[in-house]
Amino acid sequence: MDRTGKRLKKIALIGNPNVGKSVLFSRLTGVRVLVSNYPGTTVELLEGYLTVDKELVKVVDLPGTYSLEASAPAEKVTVNMLKEEIDLVVNVIDACNLERNLYLTMELLESGAAMIVALNMFDELRHCGVALDVKKLEQLLGARVIPTSGMTGLGIKDLKEELFQAKSRKSSKHTNEQRWVRIGKIIEEVQQLSHRHHNLLELLEDASVTHFWGMAIAALVIISSFKFIRFIGEGLINYILDPFFNNFYRPVIQRLSVFLGPGGFWHNVLVGKVIDGKIDFQQSLGLLTTAPYVEFVMVLPYILAFYLLLSFLEDSGYLPRLALLLDNVMHKLGLHGFAIIPVLLGFGCNVPGILGTRILESERERFIASTLISIGVPCVALQAMIFGVLGGFGGYFVFLVYAILFCVWLCLGAILNYFLKGYSPELLIEIPPYRVPSLKLMSKKVFFRVRGFIFEALPIVLLSVLVINILQQIKVFEFISIIFGPVLRVLFGLPKEAIWALIIGLLRKDIAAGMLAGLGLNVKQLMISCVVLSMSFPCIATFIIFFKELGIKRLLQGILIMGIVTAVVGTAMNMLLP
Amino acid sequence: MKKVTLVEMKSKEKGVIIKVEGGHALEKRLSVMGLNLNRRITKLSTFAFRGPVAVRIGRSVVALGHGMASKIWIELEKD
Repeated sequence: MDRTGKRLKKIALIGNPNVGKSVLFSRLTGVRVLVSNYPGTTVELLEGYLTVDKELVKVVDLPGTYSLEASAPAEKVTVNMLKEEIDLVVNVIDACNLERNLYLTMELLESGAAMIVALNMFDELRHCGVALDVKKLEQLLGARVIPTSGMTGLGIKDLKEELFQAKSRKSSKHTNEQRWVRIGKIIEEVQQLSHRHHNLLELLEDASVTHFWGMAIAALVIISSFKFIRFIGEGLINYILDPFFNNFYRPVIQRLSVFLGPGGFWHNVLVGKVIDGKIDFQQSLGLLTTAPYVEFVMVLPYILAFYLLLSFLEDSGYLPRLALLLDNVMHKLGLHGFAIIPVLLGFGCNVPGILGTRILESERERFIASTLISIGVPCVALQAMIFGVLGGFGGYFVFLVYAILFCVWLCLGAILNYFLKGYSPELLIEIPPYRVPSLKLMSKKVFFRVRGFIFEALPIVLLSVLVINILQQIKVFEFISIIFGPVLRVLFGLPKEAIWALIIGLLRKDIAAGMLAGLGLNVKQLMISCVVLSMSFPCIATFIIFFKELGIKRLLQGILIMGIVTAVVGTAMNMLLP
Repeated sequence: MKKVTLVEMKSKEKGVIIKVEGGHALEKRLSVMGLNLNRRITKLSTFAFRGPVAVRIGRSVVALGHGMASKIWIELEKD
């Protein structure tokens, strides 16, 4: 409804996965959305507004689908949406893949909806060796066809102008075979393929889906990813952020400390404890000391590095190839290869990871994937802190923590696959061509993700530090430590103070890991607490998204599994590690 | 002309899809992704240990699980 109570007209963007609907959507409405080069980036409805002839209209971007008879939950969203009142369908199709894309077009035409066809990626036509007769296509389809390119902005203006010229015309229903026959005829008349030689990207494309070269390239990608993240992360910390905090921020805080007078309530809240006569950014636990230091100096650089890398991998089109390579392994966990994409997203933050499981078909897969993400996949904030507290003892220990988490992930997946009823569907995905990522789109994406992190994380970080701070001042922790202390000591060999960190882990894992640094733990204890922290309670945000996506019953099952696995692994580490 | 399943087909071989076993639903699901009857395809690779199969169809590449691939019959082209 608009302000006068009139119903707004609604336009829906519908098309196959990975044809660039979201880029077009963004062009039409100015709403910023995440786009990448793999099928299934958009898993929920996105809405935006656009003015046509001074009239406000609503535009919805729908998850991609190959057919109106959908299978995955993300696709069902699209089909259900179509049944609602849609005034105009913009069918977005990939000009280089006309034949396959036209199937959905046929179904849409038969549904009788008013429709315009956006022949997207039109700028890539020559590159893929295809020539199209657009006028002829228009005639044969009986719908307006507009060449567009979301990337360059080609045809966007035309598209806007034509939006409400389209009329609905009912075409008769056809069977599957009849549709293909019709598509065959259309293709014959409008499309001409020219022979062209493979360029370097295409040679790489073919190589990365073969067994030997695929594995070699995957190994190279994974190793250079780690190197890249460490290079950027450590570089920013050691040469820019830490010196900045120590040289410019410390004097300010010191003055504040003197002004407030150590020991007072506000001093404790804002500046925190003074350790050996000095403010310790990592351990003082004040709102203005530890909170900003942990988030901006210890965590943010890794967030930035991680999202730079992830965005590059997403936009280049490499991720679906990784899915193909890992399909075998993932089947042992009751998933298929495509599930690796939400898992990778989970390494950034578990929340988009769990949301991303919507690309999986069955509820069983989604539960397995979500549980594995929340238990076995530490988010980048936590990883940064694991590097921070454990890295000083040597890379070997960090590696060991990762190795243990990876084993847990594999074993837990295999166990869940064995015990949960049902079967795991097979992989069926389209592998997009490699594309050189657009620097502009990539930096936008990194910017939004990093900004999202700051705005979502910072309030909770401040809250966590405040909670610890006040609980310390009113001595609640001591009471809790007395109760849980013996459990921690017997099972995990940790001092009773470590319970603070585990409880704070409920809110934010990075702050929690930061608290470990102040406990004077030895390497073994640190490793155990890092693993326990990674596996145990997911932070509050993951909790909520798990509940929203899979319901209370699955959440409780997930928590139960988490509790058992964490206790077992922590105890085993305590007993087995020297 | 030699007929094989997509799994048995060797890398770089070309052929045409002549039959999809396993029911109408699977046939439909595959066809909307471009793996429809009479389609000419090029096999790219098979992964070991009953791994997935990758094929090139026109300008796009599709990867599918071993089970599905073993239900697709191909008539090979002579080179």
